[in-house]
Amino acid sequence: MSLLEIKNLHVKVDNHEILKGIELTVNAGEVHSIMGPNGSGKSTLAQVLARREAYDVTEGQIIYNGKDLLEMKAEDAACEGVFLAFQYPVEIPGIGNAYFMRSALNAIRKYHGLDEMDAMDFLPLFKEKLKLLEMDEKLLNRSVNEGFSGGEKKRNEILQMALLEPKLAVLDETDSGLDIDALRIVAKGVNTLRSPERAMIVVTHYQRLLNYIVPDFVHVLVNGRIVRSGGPELALELEETGYAVPA
Amino acid sequence: MIAATEQLGTYLESFTEFQKRAAGRDLPWLQNLRESAFARFCEVGLPTTHDEDWRFTNVSPIAKISFELSRDATVTKQELKQFGIADLGCHLVFVNGKFSRELSAIGQLPAGVSVSSLAEEISANSSSVESHLGRYLDIRRDAFSALNTAFGEDGGYVHVRRGVVLTDPIYLLFISTASDKPLMSHPRNLIVIENEAQATIVEDYVSIGETVAFSNTATELIAGESAVVSHYMVEREHRQAFNISTLRIQQGRSANVSSHSVLLGGGLVRNNVHPVLAGEGGECLINGLFIGNGHQHLDNYMLVEHASPHCASRQFYNGILDDHAHGVFHGRIIVHKDAQKTDAKQTNRNLLLSDDCRIDTKPQLEIYADDVKCTHGATIGQMEENALFYLRSRGIDEISARKLLLLAFANECLDRMAASVGRDHVEKLIHAHLLQIANSVKPLSTVARSEDLGRNLEEVG
Repeated sequence: MSLLEIKNLHVKVDNHEILKGIELTVNAGEVHSIMGPNGSGKSTLAQVLARREAYDVTEGQIIYNGKDLLEMKAEDAACEGVFLAFQYPVEIPGIGNAYFMRSALNAIRKYHGLDEMDAMDFLPLFKEKLKLLEMDEKLLNRSVNEGFSGGEKKRNEILQMALLEPKLAVLDETDSGLDIDALRIVAKGVNTLRSPERAMIVVTHYQRLLNYIVPDFVHVLVNGRIVRSGGPELALELEETGYAVPA
Repeated sequence: MIAATEQLGTYLESFTEFQKRAAGRDLPWLQNLRESAFARFCEVGLPTTHDEDWRFTNVSPIAKISFELSRDATVTKQELKQFGIADLGCHLVFVNGKFSRELSAIGQLPAGVSVSSLAEEISANSSSVESHLGRYLDIRRDAFSALNTAFGEDGGYVHVRRGVVLTDPIYLLFISTASDKPLMSHPRNLIVIENEAQATIVEDYVSIGETVAFSNTATELIAGESAVVSHYMVEREHRQAFNISTLRIQQGRSANVSSHSVLLGGGLVRNNVHPVLAGEGGECLINGLFIGNGHQHLDNYMLVEHASPHCASRQFYNGILDDHAHGVFHGRIIVHKDAQKTDAKQTNRNLLLSDDCRIDTKPQLEIYADDVKCTHGATIGQMEENALFYLRSRGIDEISARKLLLLAFANECLDRMAASVGRDHVEKLIHAHLLQIANSVKPLSTVARSEDLGRNLEEVG
């Protein structure tokens, strides 16, 4: 059984049809990249997978891990192992980063009937992940994403992913706005998390990220439809020819 | 003016009765103080919304009811437990404004600290009371202060001698009890912190049973030179309660006073904070949090008087309003002629959770000196849908996510409170209250999207 099966997915946002019949199958252990021009629906797909309610699914279905993903609320999807690394991580003044992540981890643990982790047990785990993402320990007690640089925000997303250990990770343009050093660090974090049990969907506008995170499959999303699929070589080809829809 | 108050007759009856049995009735100075205050009250009556200071708060519900002074009511130690204060060290408990020795525990206090009830202090040591009581609270400013002074006889009395540092807070718990007739009480607190001394005072207003009650309370807080004082006012009475409170602070040279007002309960609430920075180099923090739902009306009125040079004042108020609640922030700053180098700042931030709640926010600066820095700003916004989704996408359920965001907003106020058991007490109350609000908030789809309605009114002058 596939981890994720998207069948004929149609999605409207503010009455505009953005996704017009997406078909995609992702198995555990695979890394899929979704590429496409601006406005093609990449981020919409990512947000629908994370169960943002503002997006209106008009047709189709998403089966995740044998369950109907569209029946799940955002928090349930997260507890079932879906993770979205945001294109624009949200700043939340007044909530400490460590407190936020411990709350998230405990919500998921609780969902699976595990004991909640106290601050003492959480701290070493958190510090270990900080080290993986080469992040300053000062970020521990700062408010969530508040005053973080663009690169720090993206690293903070991957940090959360490393902590929450999702089954299906969706990375929405995690590479945009990163300098090459930050890109390497983010890619290292992501590659560390590749495993036979985990699938990833890497949404990106540029091929550059795929030099560091080599996908098993590349899909081209144009105007709400997947118009081509192939192996990693497709990304290189796109770099040459752009996103022109083949005749 | 409400025709010299419709209920003047009832107040007069109560006052005549009160004079016969009040603590200190045989002291001429106190008698004079009460009589002139009552005369003043009769003259002006309760304020109306035509009065600029009461524009947003209509007190006619108070004017329409005949309140009686409460007779003896009893509260058991068992009943006291629900307020979470019994284990908190030095605490004085007042039932309908009257000191209850059985419920209070003053315990061991350092030398140089006197804590008692004002009524006892008036009987035992009237000269120490005479030199402060009624010297600062101006009965001409408003009718409620006059009324409180007329009926004032009991409340907390705290005196900390020069240089004494009191680390543990002193709690004053005021309980209104249920009664078949509407009851009023007029607690009067006198807090004298001498030069270089340090203390924390917590006033906490609660109720047992849901009947109409009117607490009209006033506190005079005198902070001597270089004294450091924290004052907390917590309102958590039931929704039938009227609570009008005035904190009048007199600050000496280089005194540092923090006032924290936390309004959670009550139906119609007005909290006045009136510091006068009378000595050079004084600092005053006026920090507030008001959280209203249902039909609560929570009015925060500040009058900050800079009367000396080189003083700094900061007003920070955060409001969270839901349902039909109405909040008011009216921050007035007066910089007197000689108060050069004044640094005054005022900020009011509001989070509105429903379409029907309302906030009136009004800065009012009156500056008579020419070398000063005064700024004010106000913001109004909704709970951010983006932030909510972000938290939920990490597995945190909707109610917990709402609570976290509310808490984040409230934390701005909590973070301004110095670490102490007093702060912990207040923090616990706020957390419990926010959980309740988070549970009752309607789903977001019924609330307008924050991006559309977020407004930011920032002004620097």
